[in-house]
Amino acid sequence: MWSSQDWDNAKMLKRYLLILVAGLIGVPALAQFRVEVSGVGLTQVPIAIAAFRGDDAAPQKMAAIVLADLERSGQFRAVDAIGAAMDESSRPEVSTWRQKGADALVTGSITRLADGRFDVRMRLWDVVRGQDLGGQSYAVVAGDLRLVAHRVADFVYEKLTGDKGIFSTRIAYVTKVGKTYNLWVADADGESAQSALNSAEPIISPSWAPNGTQLAYVSFESRKPVIFVHDVASGKRRLVANFKGSNSAPAWSPDGKTLAATLSRDGGSQLYLMDATGGEPRRLAQSSAIDTEPTFTADGRHIYFVSDRGGAPQIYRMPSAGGSAERVTFTGTYNISPSVSPDGKWLAYISRVSGVFKLHLMDLATGVANPITDTTADENPSFSPNSRLIIYATHQLGREALMTTTLDGKIKARLAGQNGDIREPDWGPMQK
Amino acid sequence: MNRFILAAAVAVFLTACGSAVKLDNVPVEDKSGTNVSQTGAAGGPGAGQRAVTGVELDKSNSSAAMQIANRVVYFDYDSFAIRPEFQSVIETHAKIIKVDKSKKVAIEGHTDERGGREYNLALGQKRAEAVRRALVLLGVSENQVEAVSFGKEKPAVLGSTEAAMEKNRRAEISYR
Repeated sequence: MWSSQDWDNAKMLKRYLLILVAGLIGVPALAQFRVEVSGVGLTQVPIAIAAFRGDDAAPQKMAAIVLADLERSGQFRAVDAIGAAMDESSRPEVSTWRQKGADALVTGSITRLADGRFDVRMRLWDVVRGQDLGGQSYAVVAGDLRLVAHRVADFVYEKLTGDKGIFSTRIAYVTKVGKTYNLWVADADGESAQSALNSAEPIISPSWAPNGTQLAYVSFESRKPVIFVHDVASGKRRLVANFKGSNSAPAWSPDGKTLAATLSRDGGSQLYLMDATGGEPRRLAQSSAIDTEPTFTADGRHIYFVSDRGGAPQIYRMPSAGGSAERVTFTGTYNISPSVSPDGKWLAYISRVSGVFKLHLMDLATGVANPITDTTADENPSFSPNSRLIIYATHQLGREALMTTTLDGKIKARLAGQNGDIREPDWGPMQK
Repeated sequence: MNRFILAAAVAVFLTACGSAVKLDNVPVEDKSGTNVSQTGAAGGPGAGQRAVTGVELDKSNSSAAMQIANRVVYFDYDSFAIRPEFQSVIETHAKIIKVDKSKKVAIEGHTDERGGREYNLALGQKRAEAVRRALVLLGVSENQVEAVSFGKEKPAVLGSTEAAMEKNRRAEISYR
């Protein structure tokens, strides 16, 4: 005996169950970075991205991926392009787009080829000048369509800003779900995550090799921290530092030949250099204090690191060939996790201020530093290879999550897992 | 035979301490080349030129029952000094280790959750080395003890309360 109310409830319940089941099957383990804090005062290029002809039937919605990439950079603002039926060969009515407030327009198409691959074509228009800024075309398998969309976003970004785009780069990070740790490799937007390593023991400090194919990291799988170098395409791993004591904080030299690391084999956490293929470490510096978290500058000439030689952890800089260290941070009593921008202009680091840990950015020319987040447990910043964004870990809503931020702190995007904690991000290099 | 008696003596001691810790080394199985399950759907990750091959390490039981009285030395905040009440713990273990020269011991340093992972790893290392030095001062051979750190990765107690953090600032004496 069902009342109509009960009947409705039953139908609704069934619908919820269907949605739930669909969600369990269809939703990837990790979601995309979503822009959640949008600032003002930033110069943003207004851009319209018309749906690519064929997007509806394609496995990936090209226009949506391109737009999300550009918006996350903080340098673009979306102009509504709904209903625009165009492709790369259409000549846009520039006055219409100017009226909508757009400075630029992207058109394109995606077509399934006879061999099952997809033909993707695009064109970028300057609608202010009515100028064709060029186009691109790709023929790829379905699995590379997101990569193609990121490459289109890179093309648009570079044409309109003059800087290299970073949307086709990859990030690495670690998740902890229950008692399981995974090292993930994902697109820079957090999508297409693939597990490179699954372990019952912690994994920390992943670091991309400059060639973008290998990760160095610290694994506790043998009940002590040891350093592996891991080829992500093949899954081949090489144990490069398993000396007595702890082995941690691997960092690649820009030529990919040398690893800097923190070893305690001679007592105390000290900095060493070693061949990236392993072998006998050479001591880089000698102190009676903690020296750790080495990171090379892009020119390879210097190493920034953390030391408590002055009584509290501060960031120092020394020649990578060895020599004396100079102190870099002078404000506060806890400054750790240095990351130097690839253009050499900025130092990102974590500083404890009034008991909370905040991402700070220092202009290396002036030494002036400022916090650029509102969170209180920030960790482990890493620059995008074009020096325009920083990825870092933080705590939000009781979970560990990843964020990206523009250098002015105004545009932030958040990557949160469906469950568990996300941490230890490292932004990979530009790739061919 | 001698070895057997020693092993039995150790077992008795550890039982007396209430230890349920597995002392074997954790086996590490490298399954290089094993694919993780991929979404077979068209356009899913891994289908193109950016395939990533996943490696799965065997689950270990190393964290089982880690909190054992009499093999843990607790530390004050931001401190590496061994408090006087833990001197007897260290002396007890020094005696056991000295009796059997084949015995290998790891001192595992830990920190509370505040701050960065790598810096905490270095802080945990300092705690582990303080205990190692204390054992060596009592006549234990350097070759028998290894000081390692887990930083903040393996808290004994979950939570951000001061009580939890007190339990996490520690060094554990672990027979391997």
